[in-house]
Amino acid sequence: MPSINHYPYALPNFRNLGVLLRVLVIGNAMGLAAALPQADTLSGVAHAMVEQATLLQPVLIASLVVLGALNGALQRLPYAAGVAAVMTIEAAIAVATAEANRSWLVMELGPWWRYLILALLASAALLAYFNLRSRALSPALEEARLQALQARIRPHFLFNSLNAVLSLIRAQPKRAEAALEDLADLFRMAMADNRRLTVLKDEVALCRQYLELEQLRLGERLQVEWHLDKMPGDALIPPLMLQPLVENAVYHGIEPSVQPGVIRIEIYRDGKQLHALLDNPYHAHGARHAGNRLALDNIRERLSLLFDAEGTLETALHDNTYRAHITIPYLTAEAA
Amino acid sequence: MKEQALRILIVDDEAPARNRMRDLLEDCASKVSLEIIGEAANGRAALDILEEKEVDLVLLDIRMPEMDGLELAQHLRKLPDPPAVIFTTAYDSYALRAFDLHAIDYLLKPIRLGRLFDALSRARSITPLRLDVLREIAPEPRTNLSVRERGKILLVPVEDIVYLKAELKYVTIRTHEREFLIEEALSNLEEEFGARFVRIHRNCLVAKDAIAGFEKIAESGSEYWAVMLKGIMEKLPVSRRQAHIVKEFGK
Repeated sequence: MPSINHYPYALPNFRNLGVLLRVLVIGNAMGLAAALPQADTLSGVAHAMVEQATLLQPVLIASLVVLGALNGALQRLPYAAGVAAVMTIEAAIAVATAEANRSWLVMELGPWWRYLILALLASAALLAYFNLRSRALSPALEEARLQALQARIRPHFLFNSLNAVLSLIRAQPKRAEAALEDLADLFRMAMADNRRLTVLKDEVALCRQYLELEQLRLGERLQVEWHLDKMPGDALIPPLMLQPLVENAVYHGIEPSVQPGVIRIEIYRDGKQLHALLDNPYHAHGARHAGNRLALDNIRERLSLLFDAEGTLETALHDNTYRAHITIPYLTAEAA
Repeated sequence: MKEQALRILIVDDEAPARNRMRDLLEDCASKVSLEIIGEAANGRAALDILEEKEVDLVLLDIRMPEMDGLELAQHLRKLPDPPAVIFTTAYDSYALRAFDLHAIDYLLKPIRLGRLFDALSRARSITPLRLDVLREIAPEPRTNLSVRERGKILLVPVEDIVYLKAELKYVTIRTHEREFLIEEALSNLEEEFGARFVRIHRNCLVAKDAIAGFEKIAESGSEYWAVMLKGIMEKLPVSRRQAHIVKEFGK
């Protein structure tokens, strides 16, 4: 299974939307920087950029296509070899585009080695940027993991659950045993090394165990609706991506009311994306704020570290229903 | 001479927690003379039992939906002979620090038999909780105000209150249906419910949601603003000192 850990020295994932966007934005910013000294007026700069675009845009697009296609092979190379390969590819694309422009569009261009050097400088700068970025984010990942460990299971839940189990021991010893086993599983998961992705159906099973425990305390006040018929059980997800959201739903949606409430959980795959929707009743009165943001921020941070712009957690309030919606790329152990 | 049994009420929203408490109390029964009067799953149910039956000690969970233990403890003080209270909680670092500071009794869940036994032995000498201390500890404003009427405790949901008006030593609570009298200081109420009410006069707080508009009234040569209320014909004068609220709320 793929590791979540970013090694300090690794090429960026050229198929990631965030990486693609960054390459386009930084590439064009470099183009603007190059066009600025060539003219004294704004319209002059615009003119220079248009001229340059016939060269710059094909190079950028061809680079993204080629690097995206070769992404798997590039990732397997050692870092130094990967860098050399990327720079060779970039130099080739730049020189080929310049020569194509020269012969087909009959443009007046400088000697070929100028484009070779420009391409090498630009790609070296971009690779250095991605390298620095992943190194800057690495400690954040460690910290997020630690923070996740602390924020994940509320002490309130642990002690109340232990109390509920104690109440069962005399009258229903079998049920007490099952509850303690669930509790052990939950804490094993919470204290595990959570840098590796986990299988979705395991996380769902964990959520069920958690809800069993809560059911013990809350009885009929807690009602759960599962919609999992379109769930790909083999999908890979960050560990404890769902459980904290379910815990939030119980804490904010069920506990503050004496009336029964429904938590609705729907997980489905839509093409290359995996969606998880969690709905719980919203209580304006006596709303509990503490801890909510922490758990959400924690998940958001982990999603963005893992999937950049492709992993999102959105929350919305609609008709007294609070909804959390996670979207991540659909990954499986075979594909990864 | 046999001492009279300690009459106990268990209040907790979670059934297993109540069962556990009952088990532990029964374990103590051989050494301490006690009688379990009842169990309640929420604050209202607890007040209903307390009106019917005499109770010496309430074992009161802090975290309960809608009305928490700290609020219920305040309403209990309106009873003619308020019972002693021992709070129970699983984890509540904020409240526990405050309890220690004010020497308020509490038991941590899961509750140990020995601790419960000690608490029961002390129960008859527990000093009554002070209202101002409870108020200070409670992190949230109350959801209800409580009124004593003909020996009963009535709960008035704060969201039903249109205005609060101070008269001599009482405050009148006005809802759409009727009026109630309570013995509390208007300034304390203003502090507690400042998010919901606005002061329009030295002696009057009005629910912001209940304000329909403002009207200028001319009377014997002087002019003043009055608040018009939703659903109630009454008009409440705005004092000169508070006239700025007319502008703040628009007309």
